[in-house]
Amino acid sequence: MRLLRIVPDNTKFDFMRFRRISFPISALLSIAAICLFFFHGLNFGIDFVGGTLMEVQTKGGLADLGKMRATIGGLHLGDFQLQEFGAPDDVLIRISEQPGGDEAQQAAVQKVRDTLGDTVDYRRVEVVGPSVSTELLSYGTIGLVLAIVAILIYLWFRFEWQFALGAMIANVHDLVLTVGFMSLTHIDFDLTSIAALLTILGYSLNDTVVIYDRIREMLRRYKRMSMPDLLNASVNATLSRSIVTHVTVAMSLLALLLFGGQAIHSFTATMMFGVVLVGTYTSVFIASPILIYLGVGIGRMGGAEEPEPPAAVAAPAPSRPAPTPQRARARR
Amino acid sequence: MLFFTRWKAAAILLTALIVCLFAVPNFFPDSMVQKWPNWAQRHIVLGLDLQGGSSLLLEVDTNSVHKEVLQTLSENVLHTLREARIPFTGRAVVGNAVQVHITRNTDYDTALTKLRNLSQPLSGYAGTTGQRSLDVSQNGDLIALTPTDPALTEHIRQAVDQSIEIVQRRVNELGLVEPSIQREGTDRILVQVPGLQDPTRLKEILGKTAKLDFRMVDLSMTPEQAEQARPTESEVLDGEQSGQKYLIEKRVLVSGADLVDAQPGFDQRTNEPIVQFRFNSSGARKFAEATQANVGKPFAIVLDNKVVSAPVIREPILGGSGQISGNFNVQQANDLAILLRAGALPAPLTIVEERTVGPGLGQDSINAGEHAAYAGAALVVVFMLATYGLFGLFANIAVTINVAMIFGILSLLGATLTLPGIAGIVLTVGIAVDSNVLIYERIREEVRAGRTAINAIDAGFTRALATILDSNITTFIAAAVLFYIGTGPVRGFAVTLGVGIITTLFTAFTLTRLIVAYWVRMWRPRVVPI
Repeated sequence: MRLLRIVPDNTKFDFMRFRRISFPISALLSIAAICLFFFHGLNFGIDFVGGTLMEVQTKGGLADLGKMRATIGGLHLGDFQLQEFGAPDDVLIRISEQPGGDEAQQAAVQKVRDTLGDTVDYRRVEVVGPSVSTELLSYGTIGLVLAIVAILIYLWFRFEWQFALGAMIANVHDLVLTVGFMSLTHIDFDLTSIAALLTILGYSLNDTVVIYDRIREMLRRYKRMSMPDLLNASVNATLSRSIVTHVTVAMSLLALLLFGGQAIHSFTATMMFGVVLVGTYTSVFIASPILIYLGVGIGRMGGAEEPEPPAAVAAPAPSRPAPTPQRARARR
Repeated sequence: MLFFTRWKAAAILLTALIVCLFAVPNFFPDSMVQKWPNWAQRHIVLGLDLQGGSSLLLEVDTNSVHKEVLQTLSENVLHTLREARIPFTGRAVVGNAVQVHITRNTDYDTALTKLRNLSQPLSGYAGTTGQRSLDVSQNGDLIALTPTDPALTEHIRQAVDQSIEIVQRRVNELGLVEPSIQREGTDRILVQVPGLQDPTRLKEILGKTAKLDFRMVDLSMTPEQAEQARPTESEVLDGEQSGQKYLIEKRVLVSGADLVDAQPGFDQRTNEPIVQFRFNSSGARKFAEATQANVGKPFAIVLDNKVVSAPVIREPILGGSGQISGNFNVQQANDLAILLRAGALPAPLTIVEERTVGPGLGQDSINAGEHAAYAGAALVVVFMLATYGLFGLFANIAVTINVAMIFGILSLLGATLTLPGIAGIVLTVGIAVDSNVLIYERIREEVRAGRTAINAIDAGFTRALATILDSNITTFIAAAVLFYIGTGPVRGFAVTLGVGIITTLFTAFTLTRLIVAYWVRMWRPRVVPI
């Protein structure tokens, strides 16, 4: 049986050359994302701004959004939105936070329930009061920052500080772009979005760490190779794995996106963007080349200019340099 | 890397098998599982978003607890000074302290000593550090008593404990199935009721403090006059009908704490719904004395600072039982009886968050999760077979066992499975596959570098496992943080993701290696089919 090879053996693509393109592009995109965040804003869900969310299903027949809008408008509950949710008889009602504290939210829900009465099935009712929503937002933000710091410390212990810093820049870049995406598409930003962001962080770090692991190994093995060549060799060596893994993750996410239902749709869409599109790009085009600027390998013997063909990486045994102690141990 | 002693291999397989077996109860109906021994009954609980139900987050009004503490303190100050015959003026609650002016400067020292005695050492944990319940300070003729922070914290803790107990009783009285009531943080209570579709009645029942007092109606002036005159011993309270006002004495004849039973019923003459109640012996005695002394005058039944009814006492009530009528309908009478039986809350509760999921949506979510899981698994299995052939099959076996182990551990923990939790499992499949991909790609590389088959496999495992460990720990940190900060569904996601990473590490380090090791021993391959 002939097995599938997405990446041909001995691929030697010069990824590092693209840093002159990828860095400015990423910088521009990040600035754009930050501008989007500040000027376009996020579509904060009730988890973070308080208010009421009701998903109702009309009994018998399609939902008459216009009529329903008029009915709820008559209750004078301030801003509210109606939208079809997944199916033509399924309606999502979002009512903004009522002035007057936690009790006022409850009163608003009761009014809507009383008005719509038995004409609809209440599939979901969520009410978040002002005291909880501010807390959830601060917990979410603290959580993200905490996760980044914890991971940074871990990487600092496992690698050198340059790697930790490089990984952090790369992953903050991921998060910024993802937040920009969420702002652009106006996806609901709620608690599950924080979960999505953290998972993206985990995944994209996972990817970065795999490449960094290889870079570290190469640094020990090839003492005379120039930094760009060494990074290129590392990225190429892990390229097949990166792609296979991302295809499988993308397949899982695609299944969730297609069959997982409306309730986790915004979660999976965000994950798809963050993990598959941004995460992969970042580890190859940002996380790896940034090590050059952070000064990894500056103190190596021979210096960066010493010519050594990158072909040596995957070439057969004779052209390999003498085994270092690490290698000898690994071979046993 | 490829050598396993027989015992080690057995231990690995046994661990995997046992963990998988814990998942078994989930696949049988509840009625069957209940006949099994206790330890075998553990199973995954479906979250409210999957089985439908209502979740309410209640907040205990700590301000009211604080106010109550100061009120009691103020009365204690009054009694202490009166007992010691120390003249004083201007006793008042100012900010978070009780202040009092001592009239004669010869009394300053005695007053200070007497009032200092009100400060008690705190019991429990706070007491071991030498904390006391009050800070007492003197400035000229002014003495201020401030409850300390640990004392307030203690009062709030007690109020929340008591509230939980009463919420529990009220929920049980409503006859709801398998409610879960637990403390959240310092001043919140989470009430979760599976299967409850419309929490309106539950919210009404939980939203009432149910503080019931029997007091006399003050007839010395009309309520309208009283609003101008502001008498100190009486207060104006609203009646049940809007606009209705009563002037009621502040002194309590008997309080709801003296009730032992309350039942809904019907008045024999008018046939309207009423609540019949019974006092305990001390309550009965107090009520008998009060009614004997006030025949012909009206008294008031006050519930949560509202006058339910103000009947005239026709004759002394000596039996210790009575009835409350107040234009109730049957449901209201029923609810009031429940509230009186369960007792009053020490402080009002506010509903700060509500999430209710109907059974339709829950079932839809389960179906959606299942479909997504099957579709995702099918795609991944086929892709792995196409990419790695025989080794792809090994990977698929390992991933299948991995998922079974996740269910086993979740059952063992009695964890709650939510829709995001299912998403976590689907994503774990991605991570689990990745560990195999890392190993196989490394083996491919080693083969290309010119190693023999067995050497390449060995080196592939050795090198890849270090990377797998590093990359999984970072994801695990993210999952741990998510668990720590998350609530409800998000926490469910963190749990499955975290458990998934642990099982992934286990399978990558042991099972996959074991399978490949056995294959190598059986077939002695010269080429790696990868």
